[in-house]
Parts: sequence; structure tokens; C-alpha cells
Amino acid sequence: MMESSETKTGNARQERLSALASASGADLLDLWARLGIDPACEMVRGPETGLVALRGRMGGGGAPFNFGEATVTRATVRLENGAVGHAIALGRDRRKAKLIAILDALAQEPEMEVKIETEIVAPLKAAMAARDEKRRAETAATKVDFFTMVRGED
Amino acid sequence: MYVAVKGGEAAIRNAHRLLADRRRGDRSLPSLTLAQIAEQLSLACDRVMAEGSVYDRELAALAIKQARGDLIEAIFLLRAYRTTLPRFGYSVPIDTAAMHVERRVSATYKDLPGGQMLGPTFDYTHRLLDPSLGRDGDVEEPEIREGDDAKVMRVSDTLAQEGLIEDDGDVPGEEIGDITRTPMEFPMERDTRLQALARGDEGFLLALGYSTQRGYARTHPFVGEIRIGEVEVKLDVPELGFAVTLGRIQVTECQMVTQFAGSAKAPPQFTRGYGLVFGQSERKAMAMSLCDRALRASELGEDIVAPAQDQEFVISHSDNVQATGFVEHLKLPHYVDFLAELDLVRRMRGEHAARRDLQESMPEAAE
Repeated sequence: MMESSETKTGNARQERLSALASASGADLLDLWARLGIDPACEMVRGPETGLVALRGRMGGGGAPFNFGEATVTRATVRLENGAVGHAIALGRDRRKAKLIAILDALAQEPEMEVKIETEIVAPLKAAMAARDEKRRAETAATKVDFFTMVRGED
Repeated sequence: MYVAVKGGEAAIRNAHRLLADRRRGDRSLPSLTLAQIAEQLSLACDRVMAEGSVYDRELAALAIKQARGDLIEAIFLLRAYRTTLPRFGYSVPIDTAAMHVERRVSATYKDLPGGQMLGPTFDYTHRLLDPSLGRDGDVEEPEIREGDDAKVMRVSDTLAQEGLIEDDGDVPGEEIGDITRTPMEFPMERDTRLQALARGDEGFLLALGYSTQRGYARTHPFVGEIRIGEVEVKLDVPELGFAVTLGRIQVTECQMVTQFAGSAKAPPQFTRGYGLVFGQSERKAMAMSLCDRALRASELGEDIVAPAQDQEFVISHSDNVQATGFVEHLKLPHYVDFLAELDLVRRMRGEHAARRDLQESMPEAAE
């Protein structure tokens, strides 16, 4: 029982961090500003920019290989209540990394977790889904519909 | 004795100031913004990211602006920048089967699951210059088509069901090679070859791929599939104890399917070459897959008869930062080297003349 509840928390945190990292810094900052809070925090690490080596798989699903690197920025913060939050996201947006780390730390308190989920994570996920759907529909319009032309008399 | 010669400081300073002026060009025109370059010259940014081997669109745009549009110079700038950054880790391998597909075509199957989706392609354009782009006209919004979300299946999986095509590909050993950490050694495993090809010069790989089509190590290739789109990048984060998504990157993947008559090492089947490149870089991904297949010659028991099959030749010359560094260094001062050569040639000419004089006088001596 204990294990499954931990996994659940882990999954929720994992999903939240993933959604926050995938969002644009501007969108995130905008939603954060609407939340209207400004907790004091101490930077434990960063925000610092570095590289992550990117891996693909030969043939798409075979042995892994490195095919380049990407810039990433990470941060770790500690709030006054002692909660520690982590963040890591593609790109060089330090403010975004710090903000994600603060949200990660805040969300460890159940009440704040709900607020963050509904007021920040859910809108970001919805925006992402809408963008994906728009692109999917645009791509679908370029799908080839084959037809056969009958030539001659037989 | 070594005498250091100094000089040219003022000349260099003024040359760089002149460069900055020429880069900016006519001041009555607005300066390009990085966002404009990233949005409107996006394929140039893709090439700079791919060959600079760093995925960061804004940095690529900056490099292009700073290099006055010289893409190899921009690639050089990006490579130099990457050496200043620490490495945080290796990502979980990306899953191109889960790609948010923006384009997918196959030249081998007309009716494959998911269909042929052309996406934003230059294919089937007439390659006529469009004067209307010289003005700032409105551009139509793209057409959309709702309610069509068939899963975009891999073409290689289709052929695999019949056992006619080889598997995705494996390399011996657990370790995944990394040419940015370990000096290159030949023969090289396929994983490190693919890493070198992924950052290799598009023009060089294109020419080599073309050479295989023209008969220098013919493989009779078909595009099994090209897909372009966004994939998620995930990283195992030790302090969290799980993998998180860091965001998405756009990649182009090419599965080249090639005929193979069989050898002592493998039965007749379709073999494959693989290309994976940052951004929308279809030509590069295709060239990469042709080169990958040609470089698998010894693995498949083929005779090495052409340049494209020679790993040392291909991989050692594929990096345009190395290539441009070595070629372009020739223009830097070699005054002392040349002075020594001059002296050597003078001496050799003297000896040559002396030998000729001697030979001319020899017949008389013999008589």
C-alpha cells in the first residue's frame, strides 16, 4: 500500500515537472504572476546552464547512440519551511528553471499542490494539447488521398 | 635562436571593427532580430544546430547573425560555445515512434498505416522564384483536416513482419561510444560512426551518398520512410529518482532500405541505413542514412571498393569545423616555414644545375 502511494506521488511530481519544463518561459511566468504569491527561497544550486547529450536508437529502436547535445538549465531551491524543489528544462531560461524549482517545492504541500495543478499545470497542458491538435490537423490536410484513373476502353 | 615577431594589433582591431560594420550593413535598414532568423530562416538554424551539434535555436540564430550568414562559421561559433558548458548527463534515448509527426513519407509503400503526409515540403514546387516574396504580403493560414488521427506506423515494422528486413541494429558491448569524450579510433563501431555522421557536413555526406548511387558501392536504396516532427527528451535525474521530460526537440529521421544479395555473413534481405538529424533536415538525414549503410560494408561482408565504404576516409573528413580549420589555417602567416622552403628549393636547384653541368661534361670525358 505504502509503495503504491509513493509511486502515485512520484508520478504526479514527474508529470508536473515534465509539463512545466515543456512550457514556454513566458506562459509559465504569466500564470505564476496570476497566482499572486512570492515565497522567500534560498538557491541551493544554480540556476545553471549546461548540456545534456541526446541519444537516439539506430534504426529507430536498436542500440542507443549519441547524436548531439542540447542546452539545459537546472535549479534547486529550498523554501523557508525546508521543502526542496528541483527543476531541469531544455534551453537557457534561468528564470524559468528557478520558477519550476519553486513550484516543485511548493507542491509538496497538498493544498498548494492542488492550486498549482489547477491554476498552472492544467492550463499549460491544455495549451500544449491545443497546439499539438492544431499542428496535427494542419499536417493531416497534407495527407495524400490516392485515387486510380481508368484509361482506355477496357 | 627564436625571434618572436609581433605586429598587426592595430590592423586586427580595425579589421574586426570593419567586420562589425559590414555585418550590420546599411544602417538605414532595420537590424535582423534573432526571432526573425529563428522563424524565417529556420532551416539555416536547423543546419547550424545539427552540425554545431547543439540543439538551441536561439543560439543558432545568434551564430548565423554573427557569422553574416556564413553557416560553417556559425557552426564553428556554436561548437566553440559548447566547450564552455558543463555536461549534466545523457538523455534517455528518444522514441521516434512516439513522434508528433509533421511530415512522413515513404517511397516503398503507398498505403501504409498513417498515410503519406507531405507536411511543409519543397517537393512538388516548381522551383520558380516568387517575386511576391520581395514584398510584405499576407500569407494564408494553413488548411486543416479534422478527425484523422491514425497511428503513424513505422515502415520497417511492416517489412519486419515478413522477415525480409534486418533488425534495427545492435553493437557489441555495453558502452555507448562518445566522440566528444574519447578520441576517435578506427575501425569504429556503428554507434560512434552515427554520432560523427549526425554532426558531419551536409555537403560532404551528400556527395558521398550521391557517389553510392552512381555506382561507387551501389546499394540500390529506397526511402523506406522519412519522418519529421517533435519528440520528447527525457533525462534520469538522480536527485528526483525518476526520469523527467526536459522539453521537446524537432528531429528528422530517415530509414533507408537497401537491397542486399546476401554474403557469407548474412542471407539475402533488405538491409538498412539510418539517419537522425536535428530540425527539419531531410537532405542531411537521407545522405547520412546512405553513408551509414555504405559504412557497414565489412559488417555485412561486402568488399570495400569505394570511398563511401572507407570509415577512416569518411569519418575523418566529415567534420566541417575540423576541415575548415585545417584548410583555412593555410592563409595565416607561414613566413618562417616558407623561408625555410625557399632556402631548400634554392639549394635543390643549385644541386640540380650542378648535376646537369656534370652530365653535360660527362660524354666528353668518356670519349
